[in-house]
Amino acid sequence: MKNIIEMRGIVKRFGNFTANDHIDLLVREGEIHALLGENGAGKSTLMNILYGLYRQDAGEIYCKGKLAHIREPGDAMALNIGMVHQHFMLVQPFTVAENLILGKEPVRGLRLDMAAAKRRIRQVSEEYHFEIDPDARAADISVGMQQRVEILKILLMGAEILIFDEPTATLTPQEIQDFFEICRVLQRRGHTIIIITHKLKEISQISDRVTVIRSGKNIATVETSKVDEGRLAEMMVGRAVRLRPSKERREAGEVVLEMRDVHAKDPRGLPALRGLSLQVRSGEIVGIAGVEGNGQSEIAMVLKGLAPFSKGEVRYQGRSYGKGASVQRLIDSGVSHIPEDRQKSGLVLGMSIRENMILGMEDWARFKWGPFQKQKEITAFAEEMRTRYDIRCTGVGQEAQSLSGGNQQKVILAREIARDPQFMIVCQPTRGLDVGAIEYIHAQILEQRKRGCAILLISYELDEIMELSDRILTIYNGEITAEYQAGQVTSEQIGLAMAGFRAAERTGQDVPEKKAGDAV
Amino acid sequence: MRNKGKLVFFDGQKALFLLLDPVVSILLALAAGAVMIWALGIDAGLAYRALWQGAFGDANALANTLLYAVPLMFMAFAFAVAYRAGVFNLGAEGQMYIGAVLAAWAGYAVTGLGHTAHIVLVLLAGAVGGGLWGAAPAVLKAKRGVNEVITCIMLNYIAINVTNYLVNTRGPLRGGSTLPATPVIQDTARLSKLIAGTRLSSGILIAVFCGMALYIFMWKTRAGYKLRAAGLNAQAAECGGIPTTRCAVTTMIIAGALAGMGGAIEIAGVHSRFYAEFSSGYGFEGIAVSMLGANHPFGILLSAVLFGALKNGASAMQIQAGANAELVKVLQALVIFFIACRWSIAKLLAYKWGAAGKDGGGEAREEDG
Repeated sequence: MKNIIEMRGIVKRFGNFTANDHIDLLVREGEIHALLGENGAGKSTLMNILYGLYRQDAGEIYCKGKLAHIREPGDAMALNIGMVHQHFMLVQPFTVAENLILGKEPVRGLRLDMAAAKRRIRQVSEEYHFEIDPDARAADISVGMQQRVEILKILLMGAEILIFDEPTATLTPQEIQDFFEICRVLQRRGHTIIIITHKLKEISQISDRVTVIRSGKNIATVETSKVDEGRLAEMMVGRAVRLRPSKERREAGEVVLEMRDVHAKDPRGLPALRGLSLQVRSGEIVGIAGVEGNGQSEIAMVLKGLAPFSKGEVRYQGRSYGKGASVQRLIDSGVSHIPEDRQKSGLVLGMSIRENMILGMEDWARFKWGPFQKQKEITAFAEEMRTRYDIRCTGVGQEAQSLSGGNQQKVILAREIARDPQFMIVCQPTRGLDVGAIEYIHAQILEQRKRGCAILLISYELDEIMELSDRILTIYNGEITAEYQAGQVTSEQIGLAMAGFRAAERTGQDVPEKKAGDAV
Repeated sequence: MRNKGKLVFFDGQKALFLLLDPVVSILLALAAGAVMIWALGIDAGLAYRALWQGAFGDANALANTLLYAVPLMFMAFAFAVAYRAGVFNLGAEGQMYIGAVLAAWAGYAVTGLGHTAHIVLVLLAGAVGGGLWGAAPAVLKAKRGVNEVITCIMLNYIAINVTNYLVNTRGPLRGGSTLPATPVIQDTARLSKLIAGTRLSSGILIAVFCGMALYIFMWKTRAGYKLRAAGLNAQAAECGGIPTTRCAVTTMIIAGALAGMGGAIEIAGVHSRFYAEFSSGYGFEGIAVSMLGANHPFGILLSAVLFGALKNGASAMQIQAGANAELVKVLQALVIFFIACRWSIAKLLAYKWGAAGKDGGGEAREEDG
């Protein structure tokens, strides 16, 4: 097979920072080529050069054997190179068809020929099995569908070589499978695909070959079938990585947190929790497995004291929450929370690391002096946390928004663990992080378990739930549908329960009833 | 990682960088203004020299510049403190009117106090009046979810018309003269002159003091920390146990109190009584001053002086260069215009110079886990 794209000796510098340091990338015609590397390794930069968003400082690009001068995306498009960015760029109030014709509207006389545009969209959509409805509004369709619209957009522009930047970052597990299916269809039709990713599992599932990039240098290009995940992780990070966290067995202690028959509504006022019951004991990790949107967010909101519940009872260390508890009182009494969305709920991005480090503790005796803040004490605390958690920054005065995702999560983790929590609500702790960071965060969570903290883990990554939890509860439609001991269940069984099938006959006991019995 | 230091500005650089923004905006505005003046057939150099002379030429000019700057400082504080806490306070004008009328009443109706005591009372009256007026939209927002921008603007008109009524022909606070004004305040309620022979009162010292107090409050106290957290990210603040709605109310009381005190100082330091519609839109100019001053108390002190200078130098520019004094308003507008589009300008320059700066930095910063 011949190479359709050859990038040779590509160098790109930003100031003193070398993002790409003599990188070679050879992509064969008709293959699915993965570009693997940690966040910031330089893979997006390399692809932005290929797509004409950046210009290389040195090196050459050959397309179909000919030297190519790509100065702007238009040049790339002319060479039939198209790119789908991580963040989709659709005009939300427009329909799919309107989005797709934007900038090159078909006209008849002075009028927009919408009918012709839709015909063409339907035709291409069918050809590739996209199942796109041209009349749907961009705001109303799922993320997976929006992605297909983006792909269709570049196909309509004649793209033969498709670049996907972290295509699965915002997709649900099912959407990821659908996306892979689309990739295979594209491949069958002769397209070449380059996927930028840092997810090891996806590489073995979809790619033919993989090029690993680390700190701006390319490490190797290998056939995917000839390496395993462990080897890829090692090439990517530069050292041996423990993909499965090691966890010793231990007996759980007394019940720290209990929810009994809790009913609550979501922010739109629709019922989200319908009689949910669960217990978390000290020194154990209870994982909630489920498809996003089945009440997980509301569990966290209720336990955090941010949302009221209409019926049922929540008890923390034997004391009742009443109807919604004050957030501050819960924080003070040892409830910590790693929020689902670290940038929206976890950090004040415009504040410095040191100011973020005391969020929720600003009124604690240690940090206050009358109405004032003990500035030196706060700085000292932040410095201590920075060292202990190895937060990479220029100083604790640096704004949180300039940190990488992994370091942002470390700031939150440091702050929440510093309170010596008795109970932690951990939501999506590793979303969007790379292997090295995931390994670290998991180790920290297990460390808290060892210390005797009760931990409720909410994650949409089934693997994460299965690796960390002692007990696994599946949630569906605001109720717990099954309970399993870790290690005694397969992901298929959990998958079924996540989809709403009761597992009563499997474990021989109806779970909600067992809970009610326990509570007496 | 080790390259990170090159990409992120540390504190000293940051302060310099903050100053760069407004200075560049002002220079661009002056340049654009010069073109406009030249197009009108007037010698731009002469006009700007006259403007400078009129604003800073001698002690008297300087005093008048500062005199104009004082109310702007207070109005800008009132905007900035709310802005930092995530509330859009467009009601400074109304808060100032209510503060001023209450201060004037305390100034003429209360007798027999010592000088200091009376001044303090007048300032307090202004702060209380403004504070209450500022609290109204915040409470309405907290309890009923009413948009504070709309209520603030409506309350401005209510304040202006209520005070109009109070000092009108049959109004309860009407003084003896033919003017729609309150009686003249007691001598004990007047702020002393700072420079003899000029109109500049010690109000400017109070303004500077308030600016420093505001800085300490916002950046060194627990309450200020909470306000800023609530303003920058309400959701994260809530997660940290900060009651954001209560923060908004507190903030608006503080903002209103500052605006009201600004009104009180206008009465006690300049007019000696409350006139109907005595303000020439200080509340709105204050927004521009605050924006130019990066919504920071110290920045505001500087930008208020600039706006005061433009206002004060305008007549000199008209007399000496024949440029209409209204041109100054155009200059003010240009400054605001360039401040508002500073990011687009920076991006444009970065793009033209091929630095691709912002985006490159973003990618490079996404480093390590």
